[in-house]
Amino acid sequence: APCPQWPYCRKRCSYCNFNTYVAPAVDEAAVRACLVREAQTLLRLSQVHSVTSVFFGGGTPSLASPGTVAAVLEAVAGAAHLPAGAEVTLEANPSSTSTSPLAGFRAAGVNRLSIGVQVRGALPAAAPAAPRDPIVTVLPPQSLDDAELRMLGREHTAAEARKAVEAARGLFPGRTSIDLLFGLPGQSRDAWAQRLEAALRLCDDHISLYQLTLERGTALAAQVRRGALPAPPQDLLADMYQTARNVLVATGFRHYEVSNFARKGALSTHNLSYWRADQYIGVGPGAHGRFVLRGEGGCSREARVQTLEPVAWMREVQSQGHSTRSRVVLSPLEQLEELLTLGLRTDEGITHERWGHFSPQLSLQAVFGEPGEARALQKEGWLVLDSGGLRCTWAGLAVLDSLLPDLLWQLQRV
Amino acid sequence: MALAGSTALRWGTRLPSPCPAALLLCRPAWLPAACERPYSSRGEEKFDMSMYPVESIRNFSIIAHVDHGKSTLADRLLEITGTISKTDHNKQVLDKLQVERERGITVKAQSASLFYNHEGINYLLNLIDTPGHVDFSYEVSRSLSACQGVILVVDANEGIQAQTVANFYLAFEAQLSIIPVINKIDLKNADPEKVEKQIEKLFDIPTNECIRISAKQGTNVEKVLQKVIEKIPPPQCKTADPLKALVFDSTFDHYRAVIANIALFGGEIAKGQKIVSAHTKKRYEVNEVGILTPNEQPTHKLYAGQVGYLIAGMKEVTEAQIGDTLFLYKQPVEPLPGFKSAKPMVFAGMYPIDQTEYNNLKSALERLTLNDSSVTVHRDSSLALGAGWRLGFLGLLHMEVFNQRLEQEYNMSVILTAPTVPYKAVLSSAKLIKEYGKDQITIINPAQFPDKFSVSEYLEPTVLGTIVTPHEYIGKIITLCQDRRAVQKDMLYIDENRVMLKYLFPLNEIVVDFYDALKSLSSGYASFDYEDAGYQSADLIKMDILLNGNPVEELATIIHNDKAHAAGKLLCERLKETIPRQLFEIAIQAAIGKKIIARETLKPYRKNVVAKCYGGDITRRMKLLRRQAEGKRLMRKIGNVEVPRDAFIRVLKRETDK
Repeated sequence: APCPQWPYCRKRCSYCNFNTYVAPAVDEAAVRACLVREAQTLLRLSQVHSVTSVFFGGGTPSLASPGTVAAVLEAVAGAAHLPAGAEVTLEANPSSTSTSPLAGFRAAGVNRLSIGVQVRGALPAAAPAAPRDPIVTVLPPQSLDDAELRMLGREHTAAEARKAVEAARGLFPGRTSIDLLFGLPGQSRDAWAQRLEAALRLCDDHISLYQLTLERGTALAAQVRRGALPAPPQDLLADMYQTARNVLVATGFRHYEVSNFARKGALSTHNLSYWRADQYIGVGPGAHGRFVLRGEGGCSREARVQTLEPVAWMREVQSQGHSTRSRVVLSPLEQLEELLTLGLRTDEGITHERWGHFSPQLSLQAVFGEPGEARALQKEGWLVLDSGGLRCTWAGLAVLDSLLPDLLWQLQRV
Repeated sequence: MALAGSTALRWGTRLPSPCPAALLLCRPAWLPAACERPYSSRGEEKFDMSMYPVESIRNFSIIAHVDHGKSTLADRLLEITGTISKTDHNKQVLDKLQVERERGITVKAQSASLFYNHEGINYLLNLIDTPGHVDFSYEVSRSLSACQGVILVVDANEGIQAQTVANFYLAFEAQLSIIPVINKIDLKNADPEKVEKQIEKLFDIPTNECIRISAKQGTNVEKVLQKVIEKIPPPQCKTADPLKALVFDSTFDHYRAVIANIALFGGEIAKGQKIVSAHTKKRYEVNEVGILTPNEQPTHKLYAGQVGYLIAGMKEVTEAQIGDTLFLYKQPVEPLPGFKSAKPMVFAGMYPIDQTEYNNLKSALERLTLNDSSVTVHRDSSLALGAGWRLGFLGLLHMEVFNQRLEQEYNMSVILTAPTVPYKAVLSSAKLIKEYGKDQITIINPAQFPDKFSVSEYLEPTVLGTIVTPHEYIGKIITLCQDRRAVQKDMLYIDENRVMLKYLFPLNEIVVDFYDALKSLSSGYASFDYEDAGYQSADLIKMDILLNGNPVEELATIIHNDKAHAAGKLLCERLKETIPRQLFEIAIQAAIGKKIIARETLKPYRKNVVAKCYGGDITRRMKLLRRQAEGKRLMRKIGNVEVPRDAFIRVLKRETDK
C-alpha cells in the first residue's frame, strides 16, 4: 500500500518535529508529477499485485488539491490492482477541512478521513494482504479547547474543529477518525475528563489517543525546559491514559492498539498493516517503506527512506524515477525484532501464523515458551502466550516499553 | 647547606642521601670561556656532556602551592636559556599530559636540562619539575631526591598557602638550599612585603633573601637563575667513581618501551655499556642515553652529577623500579637508599564495564602504573562486578586523574566503587587470628570488614591537616572541621589577617569532599594540605545498602557510627533519583546489620509505552530498543532489580557534582 506524502503545512505546530515545510507557494503540479512518478516506480520495483490501502499523510495533505490525490490514486491503480473498496485515508487539519474541498477529496477517491493534530512523518502504503474496506483519515482535533489549541500552536479554534469533524462525518460517515491529545502542560485530571466527554459526543467510530510527546527541537519542548510551562507528572499521565482506556472501552470502543480505538469494526486497515509488519511503500519526501524488491529479483525485505528535503527529492524523482535515500536489507533477526515491537502494540498480539511467516524454523513457543524473560513476564501478569499467540495483557500494554528490551534480549540470545 | 644524611618524610618516603661526603672534584675545572651552544642546530650531532663537570651543574626543583606560577616560571627559565624558543604559546611546557593541561595542574614530574652562561662559565642547570597537589607530595619527594636546591615560589597576592608550608618542610627536611621567590608582583593587589614577612615569620628566612619576580612578564627571572648558580651547591660526586645511577622516574613509550629518568651519583654512562639493576639483578645493554630539553635529546654520555634519561631494553613494566640503583656489570656499588613505596590513602575497586574487556584493561593498568608507580594494584573479584582490581591511590584527585588518564590515554571506561580508606581491626577472635596469622588486619575492602564480636578495637587512619585562610572564614572552617570529627592542634596568625590552622582529621572525613567544602565556604581563599598522622581508635560499622532486601555490594561502606544515619539517608535519596523506575515497587534501604536506618521507595511504572509507532517512526524506535536490549547485558541485577552500572558511580560522586 503506498503512502504518499504531502510535506507542506501552512504553519508549524509547536510540538511537531516531523519533516514538514512551510512554503508559501508550492508548485503543486510539479509535486504531483513527482508523487505519481515515484509511486509508479516503487510499485513496479515491488511488483505488488494488489494494494490494500492508501494513506495520504504529511505535512498537511489536505492542503493539496483533490486533483493531486486523484492523480496519485490513478497511478496506484495503474501500477497495481486497487480494489474498489480499498481504504484510502487522508489526514486533514480542522482548519483545512471545510466541506467543499472534502467533497472534492471524496470524489477523488478518498474514503476515510483522519482529523488531528500531529500528522506523521512518513506515510507508506499498505501490504498486499486480503483487501478490506478502505478508510480515509482526516486530521484530528487534538483538543476542543481554544486555550489548549493556542498552546499547541494550532491554527484552528475549538469551534472550527468541531465543525470540521461534523462536516467530515457528513461526508465520510463511520469512516472519520479523530486524534485526541492528553498530557498537555498544565492539563488537570478533570480538564482531561471533560475533553474526553466532549470528544465522545463529537466523534465517529475511530479515535487515536496520544500522549503529547515533547520532541526535542520543538517550541513546546523548549518552553517546558525553560520552565515557562510545567512538565506533566508521570503518575498524572498514567491516570489520564487509564481513564481514557476505561471510558472508551465502556462506550463500546475496542482498544485495538496502544493508541487506537475503534467501534463497529472501523479499525484502520492501513495502520494495522504496520503493526502486523506487512509490506508498505513510502512515497514522497522523507517517507519510509518496508518491502521486498521483487522487481529487481530481490527476496529480502528492505527498510527504505526517501530523500527528506522536497526540492532535492523532486530533482531526484525527475532524474531517476524515485528518490530513495537509504535502503537497508533487514536481517531475519531484525525483521523479527520489528514484528515483536509492533505486533505487541495490538490487542491481537503476534499470532503463531504471522510469526511463522517470518520465522518458519523457530516457533513463538520455542523462543518465548522456555524459561526466561518472557516466562517471568507472563508469571507477573504482563504477557500471555497461548494458542492465540503472544500478546500483552491489559496491564502489560500500558508498560510495553518496559517489556520489549527483555523480550528482544531473549530473542537475540536464541 | 650540608648534603649528607637522609630524612624521613611524609608518606613514609625516605630520600636517599644525594651523595657521599664531598670529595675531590671529578675532573679538572676545564670550563669553556665562550658561551657556545653545546649542540648544533642541525640536531644530528649529539651533545657533548663532558663539557659540564660537576661543579658547573645545578640540580633544582621549583616548588609552590597550586597556581602560584610554578609552570609559568619554568616556561620562562626554558626560554631565557634558549631551551625553547620564545613565543606566546609557551604555556605549561613541562605539563605534557592532557589531564595536566586541562586541569592546570602538574601530576607527573618532568625534567629539563638548561644551558646558561654566567660570568663566563657555561652551566648545566637541571630543572626537575614537581607536581603541585597535595595528593602528589610523594612525587615531590622523589623529585627532590635528585636535587640540591629548590626555588620556593609564593604568590605575591595570595601569600603563603597550605602547600607552600608542606613543600617548604619537604625541602627543608631534605636539607636542600631554598631560594624564596615572590611571584606575580605585576598584579594589582600584589603585596610582596607582606609575603616576605610571612616567609620570615614561618620559615625563618630573612626578608632580603626573597626575589620579587613576575614570571608572566619575565621580570627578574634572570636573577633567579643567577641565585640558583650562587646558592645551590653542585652535586658532590665523581665521574672517576664506578657508575651509580638513581632511577627517580620512568615513563612508558609505546615504541621504545621503558624510558628511565636517572640522576648520576657517580661514574658515567654511555651507549653499549652493560648495566645491572640493583633491585632485580637483571642485566641490560644501554641503547641510548640523553638529556631532556624537555624532549629526549640523545647524548654520547652522561657524567656524574648529571640528570637525563636512559633506554636499555627494559620491556616489562616492573623492570624500571623507581628508586632503583643502576650500576655497571661486574662493578657493583652500594645501592642508594631508594624509596619506600608510596602509601595509598584511598582505595577503590576497579572493574571493566564489560568482562570481555578485562585483558585490555589489565594491560592499560600495567602501563599506566608504570608511569604512576604510586598506585597499588591488587587483584580482586566481586560477585556483582566480576574480576577486577582493588587500587590504592594517594588521594581522591589522584584517583580521578588516574581514571581520566585511563580514559584519555587508553580509551578505557571502568567502574569504580566507593572510595574507602585503609581501616584496621584488632582481632579478638582466636579463629580469625589463626586465619589471618596475625591479630591486626588492614581492611581495604568493606567486604572484608569483620563484625564487632570478633574485634576488640577498630582503628582509622588520621592525617594532620594544615589550613591557611584569611581570618574572616575561621568560624565557618572551625565548624566544618568539627563536623568532620577533627581535633584542633594548632592555630597561628602568620600575619595580621591570615591564619594557619592545624587539625587532626580522620582520613575518611576528608577523602571525598572536604576540599570542595572548604573552598566553597571560603570563596576559594582557604588552602589545605595534609600529612599522614597514624591511626586512632574509632567506632566503626559497616553500612549496607539494600534493594528490595538484597545488599548492593558496591555500595557497602565502612563508616563512623555517628555518621551512619545521615550518610544512609543521602545514599538512599540519591539512589532513588538514579535507578530507573521498573515494573514493580523498589524499596531502597540503608542497614546496619539487620537494622534499617533509612528508606526510600521507588514507585513502579504505571505507563511506559510510546504513543505513536507508525511507518516512519520504526527505524529510530528499533535503534533505541536494541540499545536497551543490549544494555540488559550490562545491567547489574540485584535480586530482581536492574541497575545500570554507572548508577553507582553517579550515586557516589560528591555532592557538588549533583
